[in-house]
Amino acid sequence: MTWKGLIPLLLFSVMGIFLAIGLTKDPSKLPSQLINEPFPEFSLPDLFDPDVQIDQTYLKGQVTLVNVFGSWCVACDLEHPTLRKLEATGEITMLGINWRDTTEKGRRWLERGGNPYDRVVFDADSILAISLGVTGAPESFLVDKNGQIRYKYVGPISDKIWRDEIKPVALILEQEVEVSQ
Amino acid sequence: MKYLNLILAVLFLSFPAFAQDLSDKEVEARAYEVGSALRCVVCQNQSIDESDADLAKDMRKLVRFRIRQGDSNTEVIAYMQSRYGDFVLLKPPVQANTYVLWFAPMGLMLVFLGWYVVRTRRTTTQLEPEPLSDKEMAQFKKISKTEKAEKENGT
Repeated sequence: MTWKGLIPLLLFSVMGIFLAIGLTKDPSKLPSQLINEPFPEFSLPDLFDPDVQIDQTYLKGQVTLVNVFGSWCVACDLEHPTLRKLEATGEITMLGINWRDTTEKGRRWLERGGNPYDRVVFDADSILAISLGVTGAPESFLVDKNGQIRYKYVGPISDKIWRDEIKPVALILEQEVEVSQ
Repeated sequence: MKYLNLILAVLFLSFPAFAQDLSDKEVEARAYEVGSALRCVVCQNQSIDESDADLAKDMRKLVRFRIRQGDSNTEVIAYMQSRYGDFVLLKPPVQANTYVLWFAPMGLMLVFLGWYVVRTRRTTTQLEPEPLSDKEMAQFKKISKTEKAEKENGT
């Protein structure tokens, strides 16, 4: 009789444990479908030169940090100083994706804060953003020398996050040899 | 010159639409069907058709674009799934990691139903009167005999 009385308590504890695990998960963080997949094909105008199209071939041959940003994005202001430092050291090629913006606002934002990117793709209609599975800005990807996505970081990059989480991956990718096709 | 490029681009882009020969009505109907199956990824529990989020608007646009390009409904949904994962599907697919989700409620119900049936059966058997012991049987026979005799005597 005594152990039967404990069944409801036991069931409740099991449920409680699962719910507690659920609470520690951030529902806005989704796993990326695109790790180890080739960077999606695209052809979009250069923010500073709309007659010129940029496509995925730009990513071949070097390790690239692809960074999704917008002038409307508050968290992008936060990570901007870190990106500027990376520009100063020149340690990695950076491709910006100016997402859901107007050319005017995007350019002005980069003039005011300084432009850390080697090239900037203008993606007003989320075409590239959706094919990258982007849900918010900023979001960053490390793309290897063969144009494959290898790493994704959601949220603003701080100096610490660059040093401890992203740079180590970039250094490993840097060691890899490009497969000529 | 700039305008010539633009005109050419517009003409070029509109050809697939002619080739597909889909009326706006058909595109809208199918886009609605696809859109109501896709989750707006920034608002957790709305379809992209219901949501006002900017990303949902762009996803709706892309759905229409792909339908006009000749994609079937399942192809459009599969494309979104390849970008955002199963999360983008409002109705989770039945597969190994969702078996619990799909079958646990039904399974639990069956388990408890089984448990209930077993329990009630056992209780019913217990409610049936126990057979009389030898002593009780002797008593019963004695009583019924006297009753019979009394009836025959007419008292």
